[in-house]
Amino acid sequence: MSILHTVNKSPFERDSLSSCIRLASKGHSILLIEDGALGAMAGTDHSDMVAGVMKDVSVYVLGPDLAARGMSEDRIIDGIQVVDYSGFVELTAKHDTCQSWL
Amino acid sequence: MATKKFMFINRKAPYGTVYALESLEVVLIGAAFEQDVSLAFIGDGVYQIAKGQSTDGIGMKNFSPTYKALGDYEITKLYVEKESLEARGLTLDDLMPLVWEDEDDDYAEKPSIRLVSSAELAEVFDDQDVVLSF
Repeated sequence: MSILHTVNKSPFERDSLSSCIRLASKGHSILLIEDGALGAMAGTDHSDMVAGVMKDVSVYVLGPDLAARGMSEDRIIDGIQVVDYSGFVELTAKHDTCQSWL
Repeated sequence: MATKKFMFINRKAPYGTVYALESLEVVLIGAAFEQDVSLAFIGDGVYQIAKGQSTDGIGMKNFSPTYKALGDYEITKLYVEKESLEARGLTLDDLMPLVWEDEDDDYAEKPSIRLVSSAELAEVFDDQDVVLSF
């Protein structure tokens, strides 16, 4: 089953992202939204963990949430794809189900 | 009324929760009481004063310009924990250049942000009369 995981909490504040990464399987996707978008940034204490899952799982980040927080798309982890709200909808439609790591 | 030392500790990223905005509102209200106010930005709180915030895409008010007004309310001590910045791959250059005007020095603009280590911040923290955590 293909699952879209959404993570809306900062990886520095909660373990949502690490739990999600631990349980996501090959072919799943992870979309980082709201404060979760901070997990997309390169050069942080959590960047290696995120980069590590990307050989099996596609990782996306919601662009408007990055911009709100002053985080530049130029400084996200290589390979993470930036999507807008219609991209969010497309990802939702493309997967069988959605798992929200609240 | 004797002046007390107030410190507001900001620990959350902006927009995902309302803590950052609420803290800022209380800081501005508190400024009217002419106390010795300082702010600390630790953990995800450092994101509150990140440069270049643009909230057009999420339909929320961008309140980051308000931090630039703090100097006018004589809130001139904004402590940023160095370790928190580093853990997030950020430097002082990624933060807004917040300044205050020193009326005793021909209104020279001086930086409000003080980059401090955890140990240094612990000393400042220990020196406070009242601490409010957001």
